[in-house]
Amino acid sequence: MAENKFAAYICSGCGLGDTLDIGALEKVAQKEMKMSVVKSHPFLCSDEGVAMIKHDIAHEGVTHLCIAACSRRAKTEAFHFPSAAVSRANLREGVLWVVAEGSEHDEVRQEMAEDYVRMGCAEVKKMKVPAGNVKESSSKKILVVGGGVSGMTAALAAADAGYEVVLVEKTGELGGFAKSLVKRVPFAAPYADPQPTGIEEMVARVRAHAKIKVYVNATLAETSGAPGRFAVKIATESGSLSEELCGAIVQATGFTPYPIEKLPELGGGQPNVVDQAGLEALVRQAAGGTIRRADGKEVKSVVFVQCAGQRDATGQHLPYCSGHCCATSIKQAIYFKDANPEVDTVVMYQDLRVPGMGEDFYRSAQKRGVIFTKGKASQVKGGDVCQVTFKDLILDEENTIEADLVVLATGQVPVAGVNLDEWTATVTAAESGDETAKGKVSELKNISVLKLNYRQGPDMPQFKYGFADSHFICFPYETRRTGIYACGPMRRPMDMFQAQEDATGAALKAIQAVENAALGRAAHPRAWDLSFPSARLEGCTQCKRCTVECPFGAIDEDEKRFPKFNEERCRRCGTCMGACPVRVISFENYSVDTVGSQIKAVNIPDEFEEKPRILILACENDAYPALDMAGIQRLTYSAYVRAIPVRCLGSVNTIWVTDALNSGYDGVMLMGCKKGEDYQCHFVKGSEMAFYRMSKIDDTLKQLGLEPERVQSYEIAITDNARVAKLINDYVAQIQEMGLSPMKGFG
Amino acid sequence: MTTANQQALAKYKNDFLKEVEANVEEGHWVRMCMQCGVCAGSCPLGPHWEHSPQKIFMMIRAGKREEVLTSDSMWMCTSCYNCIVRCPRKLPITHIMHGLANYAHRLGLAPKGQPTREIAKLFWNNLIKTGRVNELKFSLAMYFKDGFSQGVKNALAMQSIGLGLMKAKRLNPFEILGGHRCKDAAGIQKMIAKAREIEDRKKGFA
Repeated sequence: MAENKFAAYICSGCGLGDTLDIGALEKVAQKEMKMSVVKSHPFLCSDEGVAMIKHDIAHEGVTHLCIAACSRRAKTEAFHFPSAAVSRANLREGVLWVVAEGSEHDEVRQEMAEDYVRMGCAEVKKMKVPAGNVKESSSKKILVVGGGVSGMTAALAAADAGYEVVLVEKTGELGGFAKSLVKRVPFAAPYADPQPTGIEEMVARVRAHAKIKVYVNATLAETSGAPGRFAVKIATESGSLSEELCGAIVQATGFTPYPIEKLPELGGGQPNVVDQAGLEALVRQAAGGTIRRADGKEVKSVVFVQCAGQRDATGQHLPYCSGHCCATSIKQAIYFKDANPEVDTVVMYQDLRVPGMGEDFYRSAQKRGVIFTKGKASQVKGGDVCQVTFKDLILDEENTIEADLVVLATGQVPVAGVNLDEWTATVTAAESGDETAKGKVSELKNISVLKLNYRQGPDMPQFKYGFADSHFICFPYETRRTGIYACGPMRRPMDMFQAQEDATGAALKAIQAVENAALGRAAHPRAWDLSFPSARLEGCTQCKRCTVECPFGAIDEDEKRFPKFNEERCRRCGTCMGACPVRVISFENYSVDTVGSQIKAVNIPDEFEEKPRILILACENDAYPALDMAGIQRLTYSAYVRAIPVRCLGSVNTIWVTDALNSGYDGVMLMGCKKGEDYQCHFVKGSEMAFYRMSKIDDTLKQLGLEPERVQSYEIAITDNARVAKLINDYVAQIQEMGLSPMKGFG
Repeated sequence: MTTANQQALAKYKNDFLKEVEANVEEGHWVRMCMQCGVCAGSCPLGPHWEHSPQKIFMMIRAGKREEVLTSDSMWMCTSCYNCIVRCPRKLPITHIMHGLANYAHRLGLAPKGQPTREIAKLFWNNLIKTGRVNELKFSLAMYFKDGFSQGVKNALAMQSIGLGLMKAKRLNPFEILGGHRCKDAAGIQKMIAKAREIEDRKKGFA
């Protein structure tokens, strides 16, 4: 391999040259940072400027370059040099636009710019161009688990796009829950009448599709591997075992209705009280004629009790709303009205929720004479004449109505496999010799859907109420198991229409995953990224923090109990790198060294100059853009801070913080995404891990004789540009009040 | 109980909603209410009613016939039309309220002595005599509706306004002698009688 040649290009455009001393910056790059090529240009991102850089790469042997111009988030297309390692010194958004105007600030502004040049040069020296991780054989086949509406939709979407699909269905036939429906709610204008489900046609299409291979009466026996190379064992009821090599997995295992027997107070289990599925069966039996009860008597009055065992605050039943049941009850009331307009139909609701265009459907039922009563049923008595006791929420009084039949709108219970928290606890107990736990492990294994042989458990993590994982805010199909996508009512409660949209989305994500895996690139959200983590195993102490803390279960253990990285499962967040106490994990272009060297490159003035230096480690997804936005809006903040973008706050290794404080920084600000239940972290658990780690750093600070306030963590949203500027200024003021670090001059 | 009321009860048994749909002006809209409560929140007289329109509609669906028809709510409506303008379901609420008031009145269930009902009755009776409103007689009828001595007191209290109106030629004292009338008062009365006959037939009051 040719020798490395380092270059720095400094832009004087966008007003940089008018305010900053570009010559001094060149000198810093040349003299201090020993860059062999240093050039400035009045308009670096112009064709001419870019051509200059390209020429140097092609003819001067430049392999590593630092571009000192605008933020790394700007001009990404112009400054795209795939064959070279590139770092960016943020002089525009990071210095020019945020440091207060006026000559009295010239000195600190110039110091800040020089430091950013030093940091950019130091960083690029530690970087390598990622080689990528292309596997020779990478499967692009997509496995769909579950043959209901969601699963069939996903299978058809992927197959129509040209991908081989393997569809595995547990029962003997395709169609899932929707097969039992007489009609479905309308999906298109005028949203007035229940529609045929279309399930038969869908099943026929799946069966006839050349690219879809269907296994019925089959479940997964074992899944191993990673995106592009999932080895899936499929067990059929007859006992035969097939193997398929798949590139990605879509899980569409649906739901079961909440058992009506759990609702005795609402008449569950009593005669003439049914759930919505039970009513579909009665209507199916009627075959378009008079709808009769199980005892054969004609139904002349029916009450639909909404939210039965749902939105329950007592903790006994489902705490959530299943979303589809209001529209479903409307549909079922219309069954009665269309068969015989004289049937009294009452829908008893607390809040009628009809998402999408359901409002039109609601109105169409009202026009047909369905009565909607806002009330909360407290008791239902089944029998020849059913009695529903309820509180009328408008008239504020107790009331009772009678009906021939009562329909309870119970909720959707997801079928998402094993709860991993329970799994981990049980496995840990079993490993310590607990006999009942050992029995429970095999019980849990039976519940498992995917039967992954991952270190972190056999299914994907669950998010809330047993629903499968999903990125709460930005990426609904993404789970924490790379290449495995959740869709349909096992992801969140939904109706058929939403399930079809959901399944299409999941199929597209699966296609993306197999294509990226084939190119050796990361999956979402760093889909362009060719770097992947590697560990210097000779330094590894087998502490297992990386395997436990990886939010995506990408790291297994090998036979010798060393971490085994499954690169295709990795999302390149670097949480493992942040976790490693001996710092043996690194990426080619992002490592403990690339950031550490930037921290060390900053010029720390001695204590008599009274210029504090504050390090900002900012998540590149939200916090760093917020800082850039502060610049774009010309909000000013202190020139004493030095910001370094990190892939995720989870990748922050505590060594950076202690190194910074040791070398004389006066404070460290960590900026990451919102954590917790409503997290916004792109890597789900990264910011949470970081906050947890930083909560433990106080001891280290005490050992150094430093105040705990010297390290602060903040949750920053991408829209927090004004807030971030204020936080910086407040923190600088706080540090100045506290006094500068006593560590200066020892670093 | 009036005969009309007995007949309506017998005809609709427990289905008050059907009765309203059949007999109340714009009553077929009641089923379309979605109980959002915007009407109740929009009504400037809201706090002074026994039941808000939202509650009235809920009560109709719950079959609370007696309570609805004896309520003073629909009599308190000032026809400001706020509720109609704001109803997301486009219910003609003001018209329904007037329809309900009229129906309750016809059944003899409307609250006795309710002031707006009283004034409406006096206005109507005054109007249909000549086909024109005789303002003097209408005012006097209002003054004396609670007896002679109260009437004198009311008239004395309004004396200065009455004189002012006369000076401004807005009130003609000779109106007391029959007053102005339309060309064919008998014809008007016939028309009204016919209209009532048709309405009675339609609504089963015959």
